[in-house]
Amino acid sequence: MRIEKMAVAGSLESNDVLVTVKPNEQLGREIIIESIVEKQYGETIRKVTEEVLNDFKIDHIYILIQDRGALDCTLRARLETVILRAQGGNKDDQNP
Amino acid sequence: MSKLVKNIQEAIKLSGLEDGMTVSFHHHLRNGDFVLNLVMGTIAEMGYKDIKLAASSIFPIHKPIIKYIEDKVITGIYTNYMSGPVAEAISQGIMEKPVVFHSHGGRPRAIEAGDLIIDVAFIAAPAADSYGNLNGVDGPSACGSLGYAYPDANHAKKVVAITDFLVEYPLSPISIDQTKVDYVVKVERIGDPRGIVSGTTQLTRDPVAHTIAINATQVIKNSGLLKEGFSFQTGAGGASLATAYYLKQIMEEEQIVGSFGLGGITEMFVDFLEKGLFKTLLDVQCFDLKAVESLKTNPNHQEISASFYANPESKGAAVNMLDVVMLGATEIDIEFNVNVHTDSNGVIIGGSGGHSDAAQGAKLAIIVAPLMRARLPIVVDKVLNISTPGKTIDALVTERGIAINPKNQELIEKLKGSGLPIYPMEYLKEQAEKISGKPQKIKRGKKIVGEIYYRDGTLLDTILSQG
Amino acid sequence: MTRIRRSLLFVPGNSPAMLLNAGVFGADSIIFDLEDAVAPNEKDAARILVRNAFRTLEYDQFEKIIRVNSRHSPFFTEDLQMLIPTLPDAILLPKVEDKQDIIDTETLMEALERDNNLPLGGIKIIPLIETALGVENAFSIARSSKRISALFLGAEDLTADLGVKRTKKGKEILYSRGRIVIAARAAGITAIDTPFTDVDDEKGLIKDAKFAKKLGFTAKATISPRHVTTINRIFSPTEEEVLYAERVMAVIKKAEKEGKGVVALDGKMIDAPIVARAQRVLEIAQTLRGDLS
Repeated sequence: MRIEKMAVAGSLESNDVLVTVKPNEQLGREIIIESIVEKQYGETIRKVTEEVLNDFKIDHIYILIQDRGALDCTLRARLETVILRAQGGNKDDQNP
Repeated sequence: MSKLVKNIQEAIKLSGLEDGMTVSFHHHLRNGDFVLNLVMGTIAEMGYKDIKLAASSIFPIHKPIIKYIEDKVITGIYTNYMSGPVAEAISQGIMEKPVVFHSHGGRPRAIEAGDLIIDVAFIAAPAADSYGNLNGVDGPSACGSLGYAYPDANHAKKVVAITDFLVEYPLSPISIDQTKVDYVVKVERIGDPRGIVSGTTQLTRDPVAHTIAINATQVIKNSGLLKEGFSFQTGAGGASLATAYYLKQIMEEEQIVGSFGLGGITEMFVDFLEKGLFKTLLDVQCFDLKAVESLKTNPNHQEISASFYANPESKGAAVNMLDVVMLGATEIDIEFNVNVHTDSNGVIIGGSGGHSDAAQGAKLAIIVAPLMRARLPIVVDKVLNISTPGKTIDALVTERGIAINPKNQELIEKLKGSGLPIYPMEYLKEQAEKISGKPQKIKRGKKIVGEIYYRDGTLLDTILSQG
Repeated sequence: MTRIRRSLLFVPGNSPAMLLNAGVFGADSIIFDLEDAVAPNEKDAARILVRNAFRTLEYDQFEKIIRVNSRHSPFFTEDLQMLIPTLPDAILLPKVEDKQDIIDTETLMEALERDNNLPLGGIKIIPLIETALGVENAFSIARSSKRISALFLGAEDLTADLGVKRTKKGKEILYSRGRIVIAARAAGITAIDTPFTDVDDEKGLIKDAKFAKKLGFTAKATISPRHVTTINRIFSPTEEEVLYAERVMAVIKKAEKEGKGVVALDGKMIDAPIVARAQRVLEIAQTLRGDLS
């Protein structure tokens, strides 16, 4: 899948995570993690993010993860949401 | 006769302050305190070096002292609690010598035993007369009780009162009296009374805190202590205040008249007193302006000193008479040891305050905390540093279950058949880790930035710098 | 173990903190709300979040109900497509006005159950009756499918539809409450009462819940976790009710032994509905006791 446009999902509420993605055709995967539990869960957050990107076969992406202590299942949900939102508009106009 | 001197500089000169000496402050104006910055600023300007600062607590407003630490004006700190920029700077290791942490009861013990010698005490006084009588209930910066200033007033070699509300002699009522005070200085403002309020003292809207409170209330009820003559202390945290709210409902319904409320006093406790649910409040510190007003007007709301409150070597500490205390924790371990000094990253965010004092004194010491805070499990194998020894803690109450210290078999027996969700501490830890995943161990620095002294004066633990 | 449904707590579908803590308030049922609690531009996010929560968090200790968006909204089909496979216990269907709403919903649910190799008909439907037409058709709605496990009265939208003011005393919904209870009982299912919406008015809640119980509701929904304990207490059998039920069962047993046809207790004839009610009360009491041990 390709990241067609900038998209956002989630929030900065406690136990949630705000994920922002942008197209990044030149560079590969650029993952930036800002977490209030970075020292304890930073590696887990990175691992989960890579897994979801692998599942969606996304190699070019800028992704900013602002985490407020989200569980893995929440992070996965927000990643999935933001990736779907980053697809161009209606499903109909995906074929140019 | 007058002890009035024209300004702080003059008072410092007269006090005979020299390099290497120790100055002290109380923290009743909390995050609204102007006095500590004012005095330390003057001391720095006058060119003093190597001063030891004995402030009963240090708040975010005291950020300017970071510079004095860097400039070696301040080379040692004794405190019971510190939060904000100073605490963060200390955690990063800006001071050569570790901060000495006492508890609220341990500080007066150290002062009275001569372990902590104060050369000059600077006492912020919301009201004063020119002959050195002081109180905390009058004036524009009224903060209520002056409890933590008593040991300093009684034992410092020189005592300087600093006020913004000077009245004709004699002041009434008198809290700290003229026999203790050497000099009086009038300044523009000693503080901002809005800053004395500790967090919100409104009933929390967090439903998890209410669930914790309902569980804690049931533990107290089933312990058998909630009866005629009941005494109680609580912090100002959401779950603690909510527990007080539910206890009040039960006491009203069952017409139980308690004996006393102790410690930091909030509007919630004032309501207990006014409804006749407590006979008296023993107030070492006011947490909001309702408490200040009540201390001023209600004769059953009594001001007590830090030594009266919690000094283990005084002839009688009020914590020893206490039935139940509700306390918070940033972490608690399998052995029930509690950390309230540092956050989960090892950064200093607080201190004992009266935590370890009340825990040891009370018949029932309950820790209330959510099982996870922003994903992080509250129960750990070993706390980063011990603030209160596990042997003095009876129970941990969370929204997902309760753990009773196996040392308290009597309580375990009493709670049998209560229907409460009681589990071993290990189980609660597993539950949290099942939901959150196991957290990675944090890296810590090598430098000792804090020493935690237990209330009896023995070294309990050390705090390492940030990794 | 019989499942008891006294309290139903609404949890906003797009709130990770509430999804995490849904189980700690003691509610018998949790309603994961994709409708009113979720803004139109967050429907996609809420759906995925709830699905993931169902897959990973332990939700065994309560009945899992999902309030999907209305059948007439653009979100309805996707809601079911994504969430039927997570096997909720029931779907709370908003704005049900006639039996066709149920029949169409069931058709879609059945197709999804087949596609995902799920047992057919396992997921219940709770119709939310919140319009005048819905109240008027309550009985035929209640009988329109075997999946229907209760009727749920929604007073906020209903009073809006009626153009009347919603009050704490609730005189304006008295007729509708009665009508829903009768329709539900006549169809052999239970009735769930509307939430009491003033979170801070504990006394008002007690009054409202006790009144609903007197009318014949067996459960009450709430938007506030702090209401759950009170609702559970009020909708549990009282000690008096349990004692009476025990005595009913005792005389019935005795009569059976003695071969008597007609049985009386305290001068009152004990007939089949009284026995059925006594059995239900004892069943609930027993389950609740099991809860505590």
